[in-house]
Amino acid sequence: MVSESVDILNAFALLTNFIIVPAIAYGSQLALGALAVTLIYSILRFSNFGQGDSMAFGAVMVILMLALFQSDWANANFGAILPPFEFLSFVPTALYALPFAVVFTAIYLLVMDKLVYQHYRRIKAKPITVCMVSMGLMFVTGGIVRIINGPERMTFDDGARFLFSVRDFKEFTGLTQGIAIKTSQFLTVTMAILLVAFLFYFLNKTKTGKSMRAYSDNEDLALLSGIDPDRVVRVTWLIVATFTAIAGTLYGLDKGFLPFQYHQLLLPIFASVIVGGIGSPMGAIVGAFVVSFSELFLTYAYKKFLIYLLPGYVPDSLVQLIGVEYKYAISFVILVVVLLIRPTGIFKGKVV
Amino acid sequence: MNMVSEVWQSHRTQVTFAIMATILLFVGFNQSWPLALGIFNLCVISSIMALGVNIQWGYAGLFNVGIMGFAALGGLSVVLISQQPVTEAVEAGGFNMLIALILGVITVVVGVVLHNKKFNKWIVFAAIFLGFFAMRYFFADGANAIEKVNPAGTGYLGGLGLPVLLSWLVGGLAAAAAAWSIGKITLGLRSDYLAIATLGISEIIIYVIKNEDWLSRGVKNVTGLQRPVPYELQLQQAPWFQDLALTVGFGVREFSTIFVKLCYAGFFVTILVGLIIMANLALDSPWGRKVRAIRDNEVSAAAMGKNITRQHLQIFVIGSAIVGLAGAMLVTYNGLLNPTSYQPLRFTFLIWVMVIVGGSGNNLGSVVGAFIIWFLWIQAGPMGLWVAEVISNIAGEQSAVTLFIEDRVHHLRLVFMGGIMLMVMRFSPGGILPEKNKEL
Repeated sequence: MVSESVDILNAFALLTNFIIVPAIAYGSQLALGALAVTLIYSILRFSNFGQGDSMAFGAVMVILMLALFQSDWANANFGAILPPFEFLSFVPTALYALPFAVVFTAIYLLVMDKLVYQHYRRIKAKPITVCMVSMGLMFVTGGIVRIINGPERMTFDDGARFLFSVRDFKEFTGLTQGIAIKTSQFLTVTMAILLVAFLFYFLNKTKTGKSMRAYSDNEDLALLSGIDPDRVVRVTWLIVATFTAIAGTLYGLDKGFLPFQYHQLLLPIFASVIVGGIGSPMGAIVGAFVVSFSELFLTYAYKKFLIYLLPGYVPDSLVQLIGVEYKYAISFVILVVVLLIRPTGIFKGKVV
Repeated sequence: MNMVSEVWQSHRTQVTFAIMATILLFVGFNQSWPLALGIFNLCVISSIMALGVNIQWGYAGLFNVGIMGFAALGGLSVVLISQQPVTEAVEAGGFNMLIALILGVITVVVGVVLHNKKFNKWIVFAAIFLGFFAMRYFFADGANAIEKVNPAGTGYLGGLGLPVLLSWLVGGLAAAAAAWSIGKITLGLRSDYLAIATLGISEIIIYVIKNEDWLSRGVKNVTGLQRPVPYELQLQQAPWFQDLALTVGFGVREFSTIFVKLCYAGFFVTILVGLIIMANLALDSPWGRKVRAIRDNEVSAAAMGKNITRQHLQIFVIGSAIVGLAGAMLVTYNGLLNPTSYQPLRFTFLIWVMVIVGGSGNNLGSVVGAFIIWFLWIQAGPMGLWVAEVISNIAGEQSAVTLFIEDRVHHLRLVFMGGIMLMVMRFSPGGILPEKNKEL
């Protein structure tokens, strides 16, 4: 009897380690990207196809800054980068490069807005035209990313790899299955919570945030009451750049940096936005977790889980619903199902 | 100067086509004829793809980000229709696959019927879930059995062994079917849902072709596809051909490649010209007037009783079918299906640049755009090498700068092509051959 209940605990430890923890981290990364898309959608009124590649741009900026930090020149002039406090030593160096990356991404996006998008706002182009322009910009950004860092996979995480490892967990609980939490996963969730809290505070409490919401709800009325549209657009891009650079870096820390993978993130991000309701920040977050949890639950091989849960039963296959290679297809199916059943998404976004 | 601009204004189309012909002749005389014909053939295939996209964007303002997927469906059809069946594989797993296919169809039909009869959505969901499991059971066995049959040589089901020209038609139909299902779901909702959905379906089509080895051999590629034209070796041995080469004044071997490429060009040009004539006739017909009325003012057209969603669906399906046809032609011309060659940059993005540069809404414009962009794309390689050479002369052959540039210079063409597209959209939205304003 005792061993059976331990087996059940083991089974759920297995699920937590391989599905729940990664899904929360991946969902947070998606949520940050989806929030950026939803903000651009509700204020600049187009679907930004460049989101995935902009995230790659943010990550590349971090990689560039890291190269600078670790160069001989920086070591000679500033000494090695050391954490200010002892307990922060587990943090990867990339985190210190992140503020610079946010600034560079913001500059890049603002310049591109000036050069590209501003014109279409002035002539009041159809949203679909701007959408297409964003696809053109997506390839330009993708090209820049590949010129700076090449198209190959690379990793840039250092510091402690695990906040606590499988072995720690096993010693602590005495189970045979462990739960590990990677530093990158911990950082992802912490930063996502902080950023989302900031965003909601900003949108609901500050004057600028309120003017942004007003602009999003009714452009004409907002202009009539003296809101400066250029300022709203600028602040939007600044927030978007922050979210984009951080999401890109966290994703890179967690899964490694590969430009094409960022390009492919576009589909899960759009699925998150639409599932939640396009234009609704809360929806983007919920949508992101719906997408990430379904992706991991459906592509996990349940063989080991079933062995623990049903003693004496050994399945002859992997008991995997869908192969990992089709993980992006899951986003698409979710997208289609939502469009069929409830096109407004969970949180009733804009449908016009 | 004045006269030049006058001629340009009044005879844009003729002047552009004359310039294009001159460039091709230049390549032919200076480099080689097979090269010039190769560029020409790919230009024509790209033109057909661009024409399909132009019908969607220029006639109806539909943004298709999944050109790659529709082209790949066309390519897959070539394999499935024209390859010889692998009898052993069919015997090993064909029965299971057939059952899986039937179960899949039943699941979809039952799901749709239950949904339309307004059953509780959980019942619909459960039915689909059960159907999926039943299908997967047979499917896994079948796929395994098929992939085990001679994996190095075949390892897939093969095709039906029908003529390859038929597969072009089927490729168009397959793309049309995919477009219909996507359009049925997303058209009538927000305009960018279609774009997002096409992006998704195209990625999924590529995953299927890459991963389902039993169907398409996956990344092992299917080579040696059937050709609608004679093989070079046969030609070289035929006496009438040797005489012909002598009369024209080429070597037999060189002339055989030229001859084969000319045969292909004959097929491709016939199809392109036919499509353009049909498209232009359609635009001038009452149907074309309706389409343009909807595009220019949806609200008024709806008020006049036109069904906009249905019209958009129709145009989307037609355009995608043309893209699928072009995809099938491309695979036939290359003689192999190589799933890794389907890159969004090469298929989706490049075709879009062609449409925008040529002139959206103008059918001849997509031909011009296809020609210019494909030519630049081909020549971007040599140009990049040239840049690298200049820099290595300045900075020294082994310096870090030179090595860096040599490694990365080919990514510059993404920036370059994106830049061209953005500039044209910004400063000359009509493209090189803008759509003529026709009286309604």
